[in-house]
Amino acid sequence: MAKKPETIVVGGGLGGLWATLRIVEAGFPVKLFSLFEVKRSHSACAQGGINACLDHKGQRDTIWQHIVDTIKGGAYLADQPPIKTMCEEAPGLMHAFERMGVTFSRTPEGLIDLRLFGGVKNKRTLFAGASSGQQLLYGVDEQVRRYEDKGLVQKFEWWEFLSILKDGQGRCRGITAINLRSMEVRAFPADAVVLATGGLGLVFGKSTNSTNSTGAAAARVYQQGADFMNGEFIQFHPTGMLGDDKTRLMSEASRGEGGRIWVPRDPKDRRAPKQIPEAERFYFLEEWFPAYGNTVPRDEASRAIWKAVKELGLGVHGQDKVYLDVSHLPKDFVRKRLGAILEIYEAFTGTDPTEEPMEIFPAVHYSMGGLWVDWEKDEPTKGMKYASPRNHQTTIPGLFACGECDGAYHGANRLGANSLLSASFSGRVAGEAVGSYLKGFKGEPLPQAAMDDELSRQRALNAALTDGTGTENPYTLHRELGDLMRAKVGIVRDNPTLDEALDGLDELQDRAGHIGLSEKSGWANASLPYARQVQDMIVLARVIAKSARMRDEYRGSHYKPEFELAMPPQGTPEWSEYVRKWKESNEKWLKTTVATHTAKGPEISYKPVDTSVMAPEQPRDYR
Amino acid sequence: MSDKKILFKIKRQDGPDKAPYWQDFSIPWRPNHNVVSALMAIRENPITAGGQKVEPVCWEANCMEEVCGACSMRINGRPRQACSALVDGLAQPIVLEPLSKFPVVRDLAVDRKRMFDNLRKVKAWIDLDGSWDVHVGAPRISPQEWELNYVFSRCMTCGCCMEACPQFGPGFDFVGPAPLGQVRLMNAHPTGRYFAEDRLHAIMGDGGLSDCGNAQNCAEVCPKKIPLTTAIGQLGRQTTWQLVKDLIGG
Repeated sequence: MAKKPETIVVGGGLGGLWATLRIVEAGFPVKLFSLFEVKRSHSACAQGGINACLDHKGQRDTIWQHIVDTIKGGAYLADQPPIKTMCEEAPGLMHAFERMGVTFSRTPEGLIDLRLFGGVKNKRTLFAGASSGQQLLYGVDEQVRRYEDKGLVQKFEWWEFLSILKDGQGRCRGITAINLRSMEVRAFPADAVVLATGGLGLVFGKSTNSTNSTGAAAARVYQQGADFMNGEFIQFHPTGMLGDDKTRLMSEASRGEGGRIWVPRDPKDRRAPKQIPEAERFYFLEEWFPAYGNTVPRDEASRAIWKAVKELGLGVHGQDKVYLDVSHLPKDFVRKRLGAILEIYEAFTGTDPTEEPMEIFPAVHYSMGGLWVDWEKDEPTKGMKYASPRNHQTTIPGLFACGECDGAYHGANRLGANSLLSASFSGRVAGEAVGSYLKGFKGEPLPQAAMDDELSRQRALNAALTDGTGTENPYTLHRELGDLMRAKVGIVRDNPTLDEALDGLDELQDRAGHIGLSEKSGWANASLPYARQVQDMIVLARVIAKSARMRDEYRGSHYKPEFELAMPPQGTPEWSEYVRKWKESNEKWLKTTVATHTAKGPEISYKPVDTSVMAPEQPRDYR
Repeated sequence: MSDKKILFKIKRQDGPDKAPYWQDFSIPWRPNHNVVSALMAIRENPITAGGQKVEPVCWEANCMEEVCGACSMRINGRPRQACSALVDGLAQPIVLEPLSKFPVVRDLAVDRKRMFDNLRKVKAWIDLDGSWDVHVGAPRISPQEWELNYVFSRCMTCGCCMEACPQFGPGFDFVGPAPLGQVRLMNAHPTGRYFAEDRLHAIMGDGGLSDCGNAQNCAEVCPKKIPLTTAIGQLGRQTTWQLVKDLIGG
């Protein structure tokens, strides 16, 4: 073959940059697309840390325990062999980061320090001050810049992905994208494409995500035939700050380092928090979950806060908020371990958290679901086969996905500090898979007509917005979408409300077909891409709501009280009965939700989950 | 209370080669508005204080928590992140201008490509053999050394220091303070040190370290309080020593 295969990576967060590194190292140059300079990607926002079993803290932590915690944390809903390999390779991945110069915090001996995170009993979380994601992102950003300097990576920053190009065999053979300054729509042929476009928090309007985490790119390939898995599993972070524009994250590290969540026992108590004596404070997480206390996993913590506020009426000052308190901890310790996190709180509220408890409430944080991706099993190790071209490939051949936009690792709930791990690991795996896929790749160049057809389709979609007669305002539509999703597809779900949500989304989708843009500029027009994102966010919202409507059980972050099995104390006869019922329910529901796009909306089917590493014998119990 | 307003005076520019002009906006006051959330409120219904319907203001933002570096602009004359600029703490009318040291893309959005090019120029990376596993860790780093390095690793390439630096801008060759901070960081890393000479040589020529005029504005405006002037001082000693080594052929 005369021409060397070409590759495209879309997205420059941890996943996309890792994929880029490994593709380059497999011998293929990369065109790297991003909405902005890759260094500004949302990975930078992850504060708390990244999990790997280094066992530096004398706790006999094991890789097996990391595997078990991840599987159980996800309520058994994720395929287990990829999880096994991820946890096994995590320590090596951390050393790669360390070699890149990532400024991990240190023990007195100069080793990488570890902290405790939710859902686990051992210290397993590496951190870099309180800006772990930023530091990890910069580590790979610098390595990608080094390859860029060698001419092996070409960056296309300020280009937004619009669609993939397909050849006659249905294989992904490139992308179309729009230049966010000149507004030019262009086709870029390639032989393999990696989508690493992050999360979808903006579907819920307010979330802890960056303003560009819309999920639009995933929605676009979904509409072109890539299946979407486990859409109903949305993680609400228990400790979001209150805010109109964004519910900023207060890292789980604040709980891991000793922060306590409480409300006044008397909901009418109007005293300043410092004036309320210990005996009159209700540390409800510690009371309800004696084994884990404040470091109970996120889904449990979010529901507990919901229960305290919405069911018991114990919200501080009768409002949707509870206290997260670090003011009892030594100031020096807190400043050193949580400095940057607390600075954010202080910057946006004007209150010093070392003096006064913070006010928090659960916020939309992470999508466990995402594009469905394949993987190949390595039978001898029960893990994922190294560099198999099937790994992280979507249902569209030649299109790979990694990072938060895939749905592979976290099942029904993600453990804290496992997202930076899965983003990095899956990026590395996807890059290696692309290398294998392209070895011996055969394909005629994509015919010009295939590119022209797709370009015409994209230009027509744009023209309908800029030149149409619609009157709907995209910004208003987005706000309504977010309000609907938070209210009706939230922490606590029921079917009548989900039906209302689906009706509401149908209506929003109709209205989104009649958007009119007041902005007419042909240069750096921000309204046009935004309007397209809103249309695509509604598509994803329907996937999320429909998947949630169909799943009649309580699992991980998906909580339908109607189907909850009451959990009796362990060791009682009732417990055995509970386990029996739980297993019975697993027969029906321990399966992956798969959404396939049709003209009428998402069609839901189910795939079995590979539980060959650890059979689902023990229900999660964090009490 | 309900008729309390927030007033903005915004410098607008339709494109890189267009002439700038000013527009005033007035929006209802809300608690905890920051400059980005206020710009979002304006864009939903962009009408000037004088009642004229105009194109929405263009600006950059992403993380909204002062960690991505996107939303730098001049706010009441000072370069800073717009997302963490709380409206209640600002004198009104709040004057918004694009950073002046970079080419304007549109309105408040500028092209900071030069900063990223300069990171390449100074080789701000550790020279790995490759990103694959090598089955050994990196050398240890003492907590004291970590503390000194960590502050420099927080640089988000936002451009505030470059904006405040009298020696940086169109018509000047100076690489600027932020990339120098990264040279300081990489040269301190136990294996980054191996190629310190390459980085020092990159900042010893035209547009390098000696173009710093010691105005010390950089450290003063840095949103992450990075001690850039300390870095520049340390690099001064490193380059002097390098010069001696180069002269004696060491």
